[in-house]
Amino acid sequence: MRNAAGEITYAQALYEATVQEMERDAGVFVYGLGVDDPIGMYGTTLDLHKKFGADRNFDTPLSEDAMTGIGIGAALAGLRPIHVHQRMDFLMLCMNQLVNIAAKASYMYAGQVQVPMVVRGIIGRSWGQGAQHSQSLHAFFMHVPGLKVVAPVTPHDAKGCMIAAIRDNNPVVFMEHRMLYNNRGFVPPEAYEVPFGKARVLAEGDDLTLVAISHMVVEAIRARAHLAEVGIGVEVIDPVSLAPLDMDTIARSVEKTGRLLVVDNDWTNCGASAEIIAETVERFQGKRAVRVARLGYAPVPCPTTKPLENLYYQNGRTIALKAYDMVKGGVGHWEPHGEDAKEIAEFKGPF
Amino acid sequence: MTPHANSALLAKLYRSIYRIRRVEEEIERIYPTDKIKSPVHLSLGQESVAVGVCAALHKDDIVFATYRGHAAYLAKGGDLNRMIAELYGKATGCARGKAGSMHLIDRAAGFMGTSAIVATTIPQAVGYAFAMRYRKQDTVTVVFFGDGAVEEGAFHESLNFAALKQLPIIFVCENNLYAIHAPLRDRLAGAGLCARAQSYGIPAKRIEDGDTLALHSEVSLAAAEIRAGRSGPHFIEAMTYRYVRHVGPGDDLFLKYRSQEELDAWKAKDEVKRLAAMLGAPEAQRIRDEAEKEIAAAFDFAEKSPFPSPRELEENLFHA
Repeated sequence: MRNAAGEITYAQALYEATVQEMERDAGVFVYGLGVDDPIGMYGTTLDLHKKFGADRNFDTPLSEDAMTGIGIGAALAGLRPIHVHQRMDFLMLCMNQLVNIAAKASYMYAGQVQVPMVVRGIIGRSWGQGAQHSQSLHAFFMHVPGLKVVAPVTPHDAKGCMIAAIRDNNPVVFMEHRMLYNNRGFVPPEAYEVPFGKARVLAEGDDLTLVAISHMVVEAIRARAHLAEVGIGVEVIDPVSLAPLDMDTIARSVEKTGRLLVVDNDWTNCGASAEIIAETVERFQGKRAVRVARLGYAPVPCPTTKPLENLYYQNGRTIALKAYDMVKGGVGHWEPHGEDAKEIAEFKGPF
Repeated sequence: MTPHANSALLAKLYRSIYRIRRVEEEIERIYPTDKIKSPVHLSLGQESVAVGVCAALHKDDIVFATYRGHAAYLAKGGDLNRMIAELYGKATGCARGKAGSMHLIDRAAGFMGTSAIVATTIPQAVGYAFAMRYRKQDTVTVVFFGDGAVEEGAFHESLNFAALKQLPIIFVCENNLYAIHAPLRDRLAGAGLCARAQSYGIPAKRIEDGDTLALHSEVSLAAAEIRAGRSGPHFIEAMTYRYVRHVGPGDDLFLKYRSQEELDAWKAKDEVKRLAAMLGAPEAQRIRDEAEKEIAAAFDFAEKSPFPSPRELEENLFHA
């Protein structure tokens, strides 16, 4: 699995984390539509039933609502379920159990019960995923007290966050972007946790703070390279976990740069970008002038046809243009050039 | 009289049902004082279902129930003092006042909680039963729900999965004929509730008239079969009737969605009275005297208990 540099893919990192936790704790089990099929959720759950038995990696009836409640019930009894969804969009069918039960059980019963459950949702993009196979929806979950929400970007964080999520004694919504699955990175072979509520400063810079979520981190790095060509220094921050959200790290950066651009892999209204900017303004108003802006999906459902789909998402160039405008105050014209995201253009279906 | 009935069992059932009846009558009496500042969904008239079912279970068997959950909580052995304190919003309540009447819990008694959203505890109970199977424990899980829950998708999804995996669970539908004010006849297509369970291959039985002893007998048999590994899930449709309104105390005949005659017919076969008659006067009186003392003490406990402190507002959201 590992190359000479110790690198594995994001998908392999998820698989490795799951295997190590299943070996460590007999109460960990995986379930969901397709987890034990020959594709094994893009390899992340491949043949786990052969390794650990059919009780610990099983397909389910098409019953997302009850299957979520069944996971909660198993968690109440002390097991550690991992419920996998091929697309985040199907989590709409789980909302009643997640919001009304999982998020509230500990508080409502004054800490006498816990729901140590991981809900994995894969965000679709590219090759015509369309309106119902491309949503992130993390804002829905961030809004509800009692849920944790993580969106790791690197293979390293995918593994560490998965292990932390499985060991967490609370419900965790675990967001995985399809376009990150084949990315390679160094991943320590042993088990480790990436703690929630700790953002990563991925690259330093003095002119603008660029907070990006999930796959938008990849586009933010591209934007930073564009902007470096015109002498603009961008600090890129990956929150890693959205609930809890590490506002201290973001605020420290904004204190330095005075400018904050948030790029979400989601719509902007009432979303994570709105929340991050609101918290920033609350911290700095009356103390320091701060320029803020946000970018996200076009405010429509995701279109399937490629020319419109390309416009729907932000990319390295649209992000760079917005950042340029914020730094230069709308003065001057600039057109970033260079390669588009290869993983988007090169992706092929059928799914 | 059911052949299985013996005097020890009768005394146990009567103690349980009388205690629940009187607790709820006391809640009705106290309610106008507004000391219980939250909705209560009373089980008055329906107590026999929880009593008959829970008396057939072991202490470490697990029960999930609904917002109309006082009877199931008490029948399974939930702490009375802590229940009344919970209704009063006191820190000594079974959930430190954070849950109220609709969300009772007593883990020590195997009472794992209730929900205000119809049918939501059904999959949780199935998941709990799955965990018991997973851990190779011979615990039986029981879930109570109303006739309205049978209309929810989660009911069907849960029964299908429980049957598919042959899980150790008993589904108990408390059919009181109404979902709030909507009669079952206006909501139900097809051949009835048992037929729905049977369509998943689950053995189903309908028990008429809230018959406590018949329920006890049926659940005893089902639980024994499950524990012996001879069967998966069972379904019981327990016919019963709510004497008071959907939420809050008192009569609701003025709403005209049901008739005086219907209510009177059910009150004529009241299980509290029937069990008392079967048990005999001296024993029944002794049980009543004991229960009255315990109930008075529970309300006194709730009255005298403190409210939670302000710092508790943000406690217990997450586990470390």
